[in-house]
Amino acid sequence: MRLLQIVNAGKQLYKTFSLQELRKGLGVTGRQLFRKKTTIMYPEEKTPKSPRFRGLHALRRYANGEERCIACKLCEAVCPALAITIDSEEREDGTRRTTRYDIDLFKCVYCGFCEEACPVDAIVMTDIHEFHMEENHECIIDKQRLLELGDMHEKEIAAARKQDAPYR
Amino acid sequence: MMHEFYFAWTGWLPEAIQTTSWIVIKIMAILLPLMLCVAYFTFAERKVIGYMQTRVGPNRVGPKGWLQPIADALKLLMKEIIIPTKSNKFLFLIAPILSLAPALAAWAVMPFTDFLVLADIDASLLYVLALTSMGVYGVIIAGWASNSKYAFLGAMRSAAQIVAYEIAMGFALVGVLMVAGSLNLREIVLHQSGGFWQWYFLPLFPLFIVYFISGVAETNRAPFDVAEGESEIVAGFHVEYSGMAFAVFFLAEYANMLLIAALTVLMFLGGWLPPVDVAPFIWMPPLFWFGIKTAFVAFFFLWFRATFPRYRYDQIMRLGWKVLIPVTLVWIAVIGLGKFYTPFGYIFQ
Repeated sequence: MRLLQIVNAGKQLYKTFSLQELRKGLGVTGRQLFRKKTTIMYPEEKTPKSPRFRGLHALRRYANGEERCIACKLCEAVCPALAITIDSEEREDGTRRTTRYDIDLFKCVYCGFCEEACPVDAIVMTDIHEFHMEENHECIIDKQRLLELGDMHEKEIAAARKQDAPYR
Repeated sequence: MMHEFYFAWTGWLPEAIQTTSWIVIKIMAILLPLMLCVAYFTFAERKVIGYMQTRVGPNRVGPKGWLQPIADALKLLMKEIIIPTKSNKFLFLIAPILSLAPALAAWAVMPFTDFLVLADIDASLLYVLALTSMGVYGVIIAGWASNSKYAFLGAMRSAAQIVAYEIAMGFALVGVLMVAGSLNLREIVLHQSGGFWQWYFLPLFPLFIVYFISGVAETNRAPFDVAEGESEIVAGFHVEYSGMAFAVFFLAEYANMLLIAALTVLMFLGGWLPPVDVAPFIWMPPLFWFGIKTAFVAFFFLWFRATFPRYRYDQIMRLGWKVLIPVTLVWIAVIGLGKFYTPFGYIFQ
């Protein structure tokens, strides 16, 4: 029993003074030095994005150019960050349409609830994540800008919806 | 020879100016390459640590990122030096100088090769030891003059640590000078001539390890970087520094690392001597061997930083006082007995 203790103490002493653990650690980092690097060279290379990616918002139109949004205000109600503000009025043809549709991008948490709540697939989240504002007021994007974004990226938006359709 | 050539060439100048300019030229001849090495050592650090974390490190400025240190230096030069309102302004500004000056002055006695040594003084080892201990004043004064809690805590930690490891370092050097019988760095290297089995790292292996560990602790590098411990006290003694004043601390730290690496090479790894005295090795210039060995040792600083987590403060103190100092004392006794009471001299010789 006593002998065993001495042997163990000796082993421990050897382990400490031969810096065994430290050498093991150095070995790990030493091996990593020669491994293939996993860095993505960002502006030149990009990682693939899911069709469910939640980026900048956009308002879509129907194929005939009619805007989809019917001012039901479900998105405004569901928005957890209160980022959406909607005003609506009756149009000449008797349908209800928004007169104002503002999203405050600083409040928005990009949860995508607005898109899920929308009964007519009007408000959608595109996969654009590389955008910036240069002045304070630019954080609020209005209806006109949202529709522009929708028109500009309609092809990508439609493709992403189609790809994800079986799972919705 | 260059000395006479220069004086003949500038003979028309008054003698005082001649002498001064010659001294300035000699200082520049050491400092400019050293500063370049320090700049690229920071680059090497970022690259090596990046590679060890399976990243590629900086690669945007210039081809493959090779202009990165220049860009960093320019950035720091352009930035404002902010002096805290309630600081001691004189000490605040003198502290970075006090920490850089010893780190640079120690290179004056460095024998790069047998002939390439600025001041070949008799007690150069003592001089180096004295100057490396001076660096702690810069740290303490910086911490105190900043009038900031974090800076002060960092300075206190650093001071206690440097003082503790100074002793182990000194004892490790005692071993070297017992074996070499000289305090002159050039002679210490010349005693190691005749192939790598004559280098002092073999008979003095424990002292070699202790010296290097103490060197890492002396320069406040990971895993002994409690003085700047980012996660606890932001940046330690230099939190309040910005711009060039900060850059000077940075330079001092890296110059110190290279200094420790160079001293390790001189005292344990045979300085400028080739590892084997046979054909392909003796063709290389001595400066090449000195450089390659220093780079090799300096690499370990980066390797350690990429590998080891920071020591807790009491562990650092325990290691310094209760492990390293006893180890050096025992090995000094072993060498002393071997040298003076056995017919073999010290071991292996």
